[in-house]
Amino acid sequence: MNLKTTVWNRQFVTAGEQVYFIARFVRNIFRRGFEWNEFFRQCFIVGNKSIGLVAITGFILGLVLTLQSEPTMRDFGAESFVPSMVAISIIREIGPVIIALICAGKIASSMGAELASMKVSEQIDAMEVSGANPVQYLVVTRILACIIMIPLLTLLADAIALLGGFVASNINNDMAIGLYFRKAFSTLEFADVVPAVLKTIFFGFAIGFVGCFKGYHAGKGTESVGLAANSAVVAASLWVIVLDAIAVQLTSVIAYN
Amino acid sequence: MVISIKNLKKSFGDLEVLSDISMELYRGENLVVLGRSGQGKSVNIKCMVGLLTQDEGSLQVLGEEVKELSDDGLRALRGKVGFLFQSGALYDSMTVRENLAFPLTRVLKVKDTEEINKRIEDVLEAVGLLEAIDKMPAELSGGMRKRVGLARTLILQPEIMLYDEPTTGLDPITSREISQLILEMQKNYHTSSVIITHDMACAKITGDRLLVMNDGRFVAEGNYEDLEKGEDKFVRSFFK
Repeated sequence: MNLKTTVWNRQFVTAGEQVYFIARFVRNIFRRGFEWNEFFRQCFIVGNKSIGLVAITGFILGLVLTLQSEPTMRDFGAESFVPSMVAISIIREIGPVIIALICAGKIASSMGAELASMKVSEQIDAMEVSGANPVQYLVVTRILACIIMIPLLTLLADAIALLGGFVASNINNDMAIGLYFRKAFSTLEFADVVPAVLKTIFFGFAIGFVGCFKGYHAGKGTESVGLAANSAVVAASLWVIVLDAIAVQLTSVIAYN
Repeated sequence: MVISIKNLKKSFGDLEVLSDISMELYRGENLVVLGRSGQGKSVNIKCMVGLLTQDEGSLQVLGEEVKELSDDGLRALRGKVGFLFQSGALYDSMTVRENLAFPLTRVLKVKDTEEINKRIEDVLEAVGLLEAIDKMPAELSGGMRKRVGLARTLILQPEIMLYDEPTTGLDPITSREISQLILEMQKNYHTSSVIITHDMACAKITGDRLLVMNDGRFVAEGNYEDLEKGEDKFVRSFFK
């Protein structure tokens, strides 16, 4: 009973800390002295340094999806629908989720580890006692960078995935690039693209928030750095999947009814 | 009086770290707090800058009750109180110059690049590390890191300096240099200081008054010579 109470207490305390952390983040966005330089530096780290990984993942996604679905579609005589099917699957669902999961692994863990090591070496405390604002400098810039860069990375991955699909279509067949993309975009609607982009904004927030929260609230000792990085990846991935489930439900209610 | 503490208590779970602490720091004074590790010395000074909040008691810094300050009030107070961490706590992704510019541009809101560079060079010269201005913290030795940490704190010209074990982990020669530097900075910048240490050489050089802490409370008070000659076995054990 006692142990259960302690576990529940800890859960409530953590939930309270998360709400308070979000409130501090929101309040500090609008404070004077926004850290533009650090914000652009974080955008570069989150965006530019993830391009390679995201591009390769996107290309392979499109390639594999096309190669896997083509034989089945051929059996039904629907081979010509492969580009549209791949486009809808990638843009609406697979692209945003896979790229968010990749970013959860790469970005949330690095933010968690970086802030945790700053916490352990008392750098965050030093910022705080100097009268500077560590939330504005460290947290706001990182979360906003994720909110902006993850949708852009997803759009890039979607485009490269379609290119991968085109390459795969040309392994066994011969299809002109113009025809491939005309077919791919022929069935796409705003209702496919807009909700998908919107949900990546929330994925970006979740990844940035979880990475910063875990790092900022790390315990003492070097062990907590690894722990913060690890729990940031787990929690961010879980958040992405939960948010995706909610987004799919909302989209089907709002956009397709 | 710049700091006044009355009946301060602080616990972590069931562990009572500070039990009924009272102390004062007078203007221009160097107060040394002596004690073994884990006795609550660092907790005490962390409460002074609001990094930790006491459970009971009153803690006034420059006439303001720290516990009752708003976020903005606390930030304003922290601008007047310097804190030198045990490790120096330099921002390891920034050069020494950027470390020093960080509080200058954010707390004092100095925007002019020439003014920023001049202040950085002046304070680095004061701690004898002008040549390290463009180095990364990873390239500095332990003693150099503490000097840069001290420079970063002094650049805001605080009224009070809190030193958390400033000589721990340093060789005796560097320890003596840092202790002399603390004394020099007090004279040049007219600060009042609390120095947490268990290094008796540092306590002797820097301390105008010493407080000895044991089991979360102060057990003795006096100057270095008085405590050295005192009867209390625990206190005398520090001087052996």
